[in-house]
Amino acid sequence: MNILEVKQLTKTYTSAGRELKVLEDISFDVEKGGSLAIVGPSGSGKTTLLGLCAGLDKATTGEVLYQGIAISSLSEDERAAIRNQSVGFIFQNFQLLPTLTALENVMVPRELNKKKDARQSAVALLDLVGLSDRAIHYPTQLSGGEQQRVAIARAFANDPQILFADEPTGNLDTETGEMIEDLIFKMNQEKGTTLLLVTHDMELANKTSRILSIKGGKIQQDHYV
Amino acid sequence: MYKFSWIWKMAYRDFRKSRGRLLLFISSIIIGIAALVGISSFGENLQKDIDRQARELLGADLVLTNNQPMELENLDSMAEDFATGVNFGSMVIFPATGDSRLTQVRALEGAYPFYGTLETSPPDAVDLFRDGGKYVLAEPLLLAQFGAAVGDSLQIGNTVFHIAGSLDKVPGQSGIVATVAPAVYIPLNHLESTGLVQYGSRLNYAKYYKLKNEGVVKEWVEAHNDEWGKANIRSETVEQRKQSTGRAFANLTDFLRLVAFIALLLGCVGVASSVNVFVKEKLPSVAVLRCIGASSRDTFMIFLFQILLMALAGSIIGAAGGTAIQYLLPQVVGDFLPMEVNFTLSWKSILFGLVTGIVVALLFALIPLLRIRKASPMMTLRPDAGLGSLSKEPLRWVVIAGIVLFVFGFSYYLTQGLPTALGFTFFVIFSFALLWGTARLTMYLLRRFIPLGLNYTIRQALANLYRPNNQTVSLIATIGLGTAMISTLLFVQTQLLDEVKLADKEDQPNMVMFDIQTHQLDEMKEMVEANGLPILQDVPIVTMRLNAINGINKNTNEEMDKEDRRSRSLYSREFRVTYRDTLSASETLVAGAIRKVKAPGDSIFVSFDRNYAENVGIRIGDEIEFNVQGRPMKVYVGSFRDVKFNQVAANFLVLFPENVLERAPKFHVLVTKTKNESESADIQRLVVSRFPNVSVINLGLIVETLEEILSKVSFVIRFMAFFSILTGILVLISALIISKYQRVRESILLRTLGASSGTVRTINTLEYFFLGSIATLSGILLSFLATAALSIWVFEIPFRPVWESVVLVYISITLLIVILSMFNNRAILKTPPMEVLR
Repeated sequence: MNILEVKQLTKTYTSAGRELKVLEDISFDVEKGGSLAIVGPSGSGKTTLLGLCAGLDKATTGEVLYQGIAISSLSEDERAAIRNQSVGFIFQNFQLLPTLTALENVMVPRELNKKKDARQSAVALLDLVGLSDRAIHYPTQLSGGEQQRVAIARAFANDPQILFADEPTGNLDTETGEMIEDLIFKMNQEKGTTLLLVTHDMELANKTSRILSIKGGKIQQDHYV
Repeated sequence: MYKFSWIWKMAYRDFRKSRGRLLLFISSIIIGIAALVGISSFGENLQKDIDRQARELLGADLVLTNNQPMELENLDSMAEDFATGVNFGSMVIFPATGDSRLTQVRALEGAYPFYGTLETSPPDAVDLFRDGGKYVLAEPLLLAQFGAAVGDSLQIGNTVFHIAGSLDKVPGQSGIVATVAPAVYIPLNHLESTGLVQYGSRLNYAKYYKLKNEGVVKEWVEAHNDEWGKANIRSETVEQRKQSTGRAFANLTDFLRLVAFIALLLGCVGVASSVNVFVKEKLPSVAVLRCIGASSRDTFMIFLFQILLMALAGSIIGAAGGTAIQYLLPQVVGDFLPMEVNFTLSWKSILFGLVTGIVVALLFALIPLLRIRKASPMMTLRPDAGLGSLSKEPLRWVVIAGIVLFVFGFSYYLTQGLPTALGFTFFVIFSFALLWGTARLTMYLLRRFIPLGLNYTIRQALANLYRPNNQTVSLIATIGLGTAMISTLLFVQTQLLDEVKLADKEDQPNMVMFDIQTHQLDEMKEMVEANGLPILQDVPIVTMRLNAINGINKNTNEEMDKEDRRSRSLYSREFRVTYRDTLSASETLVAGAIRKVKAPGDSIFVSFDRNYAENVGIRIGDEIEFNVQGRPMKVYVGSFRDVKFNQVAANFLVLFPENVLERAPKFHVLVTKTKNESESADIQRLVVSRFPNVSVINLGLIVETLEEILSKVSFVIRFMAFFSILTGILVLISALIISKYQRVRESILLRTLGASSGTVRTINTLEYFFLGSIATLSGILLSFLATAALSIWVFEIPFRPVWESVVLVYISITLLIVILSMFNNRAILKTPPMEVLR
């Protein structure tokens, strides 16, 4: 069963009065529980594609169906509600809220979802990523690897159906990067989440079950590992 | 409900880390609120004291006045107590030195004031005065001016008195009155001997009554009102004095509150600007929140709550400061107060300040805050993505309309007048628009036209004025408006004084001698000419009253509908008119023609001052019957003149033609020109010693009095303008601190690339020098417009820029800005370049 269906997706931007086509006629499906890596050179449109799949932005033409729902036709707030309930995010630059402690950062998605157990759940997740002793620290007091582990814990806070990761190890050294990769895949498997990640790193891409290569806004290759 | 508590929780979490900076944002409104609450509380307490001390304001339960003696024996016998007074202007002479000055002489008999006391130094001087001997009480200002002391002699008319003491406090009289016309109190029984009660003397007779209770006052007024009206007797009760004093001070405090409101608005521009930077910094967090599922409304509310919290905190701090400021205000407006003001906490004013502060700060903060609604979650992946244009946000216009409405509503609430409120709102919008326009134009011109060949430091400093996160618009608006207020005040003050001083030109008169009796005229002229002074004008004056206009006499006028009725004062005033067939240098004919009377029986055409005629509804062709000392005289309005009353000359509301009034009883005014102060003092001394009934005004006295009054008025306004300047400085300081983070980063990068600390310092100092210069010059430009408008339409004098003041204002404010920025530089330069790696 497909959790995500992308149909003839096109995205154009207007820059200095000129139309710039970033994505052109992109179509693919993602199976529930599967993992997919989008790879390609800089400027190929992979991050734009991730944003559209995650409902962060709207396509110029084409459709994204999430669990059968056409998210392109939803309002931004309706998409936000879907993101909160069943989507997790991991970013290259971690994107923790700087004014919140590690624990509070992990609590937020569940609080937004009106879950009363936000604190207990966040404590358990921090424990899972090995940061229970850093719960009351602010992001600026954590190293890059620690920040990304908090971000992973936050991403899993609402038991998402699908996890979107944008260059999750791009800002980390090799050793820490590997640790983060292992953590993402481990939690992904344990929680049965679908994973869609964007990366330059072919080693990381090879850890997924399927690789989608794009170049110049078009799919070059779509193959299973 | 859950959402609400989550929003509060998130607002608190974010606030924890940003409270220092948020407090800084909101500090700009503290001064404005403090000024507003301080003045409101003061006004409130003043009103309470006016109510409480109303009887002391009048000194009696009922005061009746008229410019001729009143026959009131029947009332005197019914009153609990009464006192009699005669007030008039006359020269007082200090025989020891021969110096003299025009003063208000108050001849008094009886125990007035019945409420409150005449406070004197020494304290028993008042008893000596009341004993009826030849003792006077004089205001300290007068004694100080002529170096006179208790026990010295003082001559009024033909009588020499001794100074019993100085008059420190008179119930109901404010210090400013003493400045305009210092008073000397003499016992009434010596009035006759002064020889000043004669034809042409402008005496004002007063009766002060002490009555059993308010009911009796009411009864008296109801029973005698018509009779008094017919006899031109004016009455004033405690209630009336309370109302008129209350109204006057309500006007003063409302005006001051408007000035304070401007300081608050300036602070709000600072808030808007700071919140703008705050929002820009918060956008990544907003995008993350949107990404993980928070709605645009929720994220907006998280930051709105923080601003609300800070506006409340700022308003509370401001209100507390304002409550303290009210204790300072009596020192500031003391000269205008007719009584002592007691201080109590005014909760109404505090609430007024809190509500105003919160509403206005929120409105201004909303403009940048609305951006949060537009933040796209896509910014988490691409920081430059998805921030919609704010100008397309319809709510932005709703907020701007809200601000305009609030400004209008606030000014309408204070002034209760639609034209004034509209005028104030227009002034605020125009000023902000002008300063905003100047700032935008500056940024546009700099972006387009900075020459590439310009020295690097200058180019970089200028570029800082338009680069992202600049504070150019807000600083030009706040510092510009503060500068405009200060300089308008300075320019108007200097210009008014210059205008009077300029009157002392070669051929312009600078001394007027009046109240000269006909039999004294020839001798006076001889004396003046013998001293080498020219007789520039010899003006005969005839006094008369108006009986009827177009057949409508006083009684008929009283019975007419309110809309058709003319001012009562038209029938009760005494007209002092002169006669000549030509216009003087200070007059211009603006309608009709001056028509001569060539033969007895010709119709008489008089000329009115246009402004006066328009005010009282007199038109050309109207038939007027004057009462010339008992003899009715029918005349027609033949022309209107514009009269420049600000020149030292004898000017008249009504001008008769020759061959009509020559035989009527009259007195005279002589106008002359002295070469210098000492010549002026000499002739004044000669005249008053020979003719004690003659009063002399010279330009020096006018300039001196005007300077005194202006310095007192301007002190009040300067005190208020100080709040605006202080707000401007606070906005500047917060802008400097906010931009510090950005500057530190840039400074580090520049230094890493090899720039010396000196180069970085020069760039930053030059930037604020340019910014300060543009802001100050914009403010000066605005003040030119304001001064020109005030000169032309209010003071009716030509506008002349006072360049020395311009230079002074420009240098001092720009220097202040540069010095503050240099302090900020020190903190920036302390950060080591190593930070770039972290």
